[in-house]
Amino acid sequence: MEQTFDLGWIDYSIMLIYFIFVLGIGWTLKKYMKSSTDFLEAGRSLPAWITGLAFIATNLGALEVIGMAASGAKYGIATVHFYWIGAIPAMIFLAIFMMPFYYNSKARSVPEYLKLRFDEKTRGFNAVTFAVMTIFASGISMYALALLMETLLGWDFNFSLLISAVIVLVYVYLGGLTSAIYNEVLQFFLIVVGFLPLVIIALIHIGGWEGLKSSLDVVAVNNGFDAGAYTESWRHMGSPESNPLGVGIMGAVVGLGFVLSFGYWCTNFLVVQRAMAADSIASARKTPLIGAIPKMFIPFLVILPGMIAIALTSDPDSGFALPVKGEAYDYDKTIPMMLGYYFPTGVLGLGLTALMASFMSGMAGNVTAFNTVFTYDIYQAYINKSKSDKHYLRVGQLTTIFGILVSILAAYVASLFNNLMDFLQLVFAFINAPLFATFLLGMFWKRGTGHGAFFGLLSGTAAAALHHGLTVPAGAMTLVKGGWLGTIVHTYPSEMAQNFWTAIYAFVTCLVLTMIISVLTKQLKTDDQLKGLVYSLTPKEKEEGLKWHEKPVTLAIVVGIISIILSIIFW
Amino acid sequence: MGLDIRYPIGFLFSIIGIMLTIFGLVTDSNAELYQRSLDINVNLWTGVGMIIFGGFMLALAYFTTKKKAGKKEE
Repeated sequence: MEQTFDLGWIDYSIMLIYFIFVLGIGWTLKKYMKSSTDFLEAGRSLPAWITGLAFIATNLGALEVIGMAASGAKYGIATVHFYWIGAIPAMIFLAIFMMPFYYNSKARSVPEYLKLRFDEKTRGFNAVTFAVMTIFASGISMYALALLMETLLGWDFNFSLLISAVIVLVYVYLGGLTSAIYNEVLQFFLIVVGFLPLVIIALIHIGGWEGLKSSLDVVAVNNGFDAGAYTESWRHMGSPESNPLGVGIMGAVVGLGFVLSFGYWCTNFLVVQRAMAADSIASARKTPLIGAIPKMFIPFLVILPGMIAIALTSDPDSGFALPVKGEAYDYDKTIPMMLGYYFPTGVLGLGLTALMASFMSGMAGNVTAFNTVFTYDIYQAYINKSKSDKHYLRVGQLTTIFGILVSILAAYVASLFNNLMDFLQLVFAFINAPLFATFLLGMFWKRGTGHGAFFGLLSGTAAAALHHGLTVPAGAMTLVKGGWLGTIVHTYPSEMAQNFWTAIYAFVTCLVLTMIISVLTKQLKTDDQLKGLVYSLTPKEKEEGLKWHEKPVTLAIVVGIISIILSIIFW
Repeated sequence: MGLDIRYPIGFLFSIIGIMLTIFGLVTDSNAELYQRSLDINVNLWTGVGMIIFGGFMLALAYFTTKKKAGKKEE
């Protein structure tokens, strides 16, 4: 294909106006950046609806829009497992059980909580691995955006990379976390308005849900599955061979739904940081729940276009076909191709702006999380301990520049993978999956010790790497996909299945070893020191002054019920 | 913190909405342009939707600010 869009003046005007607003928000906030708390923690002053939308928008980066539409085309409706089972339960758990410890402990970051609860080395390990991970994630966003601008608009790749980096740099440098969060809220609404018309038109075109179903039944049969494998989310999960995802029900529920998703949503500072910026404990707890409401419906915005794209591709009369790359379709092109296929000039500019917004929110989210962790957990902890707050504010600002520069480097590394989603899953599996075991034991088992946490975490990460090194997904061509230890013990039906099981092994290793080592070592923290950090030693939160419908628990129940209903409808 | 985010959101949506609405009205007779969107004037409809949302955000921001100011005076 390599078609470039013919954009008119109105498309460019919309983009330009958006960029002016983005930079304007940063510029307006500049005068409020007086302390490192303002810059790195948004002054802990934002209402729940803002942090909640930012919580979800920062996750709505490259990972979502391009990756989830690609997965929708590749795997069909099974992609919703990343939402209804792979996000909502974890978000509810974070809100109800974990948020009180994060917020009330006065820790300024996730690694800092680990220092308070366990010890310095556990924090150091988490801070460094997290810093590396966020830089990679930010680099991937940047790479994907630049690639998109190159193929769609015919802009030079390096120039595109630079311009998007500079815009994010400027608005984060000026307004810090507040600026990133405010822009994420703006980006969230823009993404909805940019993609909603696309989904509506595409759905009308394919003949509604029924039309899509009958088209995808043909696709399913042609690919060797039962009819319905692309439109029914749970019915074909009985064995890994009977669904396009290549994952069985165990892999999906335990690997994705429990280990990976709890690891991501409950311990990843990228999202937790948004909740920690809230103005009160009630707002902090509501943040993931408010985010969960749009999260449940995002599949209709991003997965549906992917499913429709593959249905259109299989119909030779439609005039639409996904481009081919190697032996498979180039799934990452789904969204841009669909935009170009349905949108006339005008909304085309809006759709592209929404796409850019999604990348920028992902990038800025990572940069702000990196800033805070680097400044508080690496710089202040190890490099320069006792300086004035002004000094750390300055360091935070300079870290923004440093972080963006390293992200640009990471962007060039990211080009090795054909599905961005799988790559991110791999990184999460190595680092996040064991981490959730550490937090689970940290928050709910007061006997857990620093040595136990540290060595448990280390071996969990090693177990992930080992498992990945000894197994391969079917049809793997490169060593980055696994099997790099030379001996192949097991071959998984898909990369996804391999990732899920990597996570499960890492989690179990970390859980078991942390417990064993904790029992064998002495607990150096007193009960008094652990107050507010461990469940059994913390007085129950009394939500005085909140009416029943204002309580986080009520919201959690509503969110849970809606996601169950959605799962049943698309069973 | 200082800035009520609903104002920038409201203004951005209103401005882009007005642009798309006008563009949609002007190009309404251009059948070739809207062929790809199944003969739906998607610019016009998206524009109108954005104006409504933008206006709603501005109204919300305006009235809550006023209410807060009123409370302070009391």
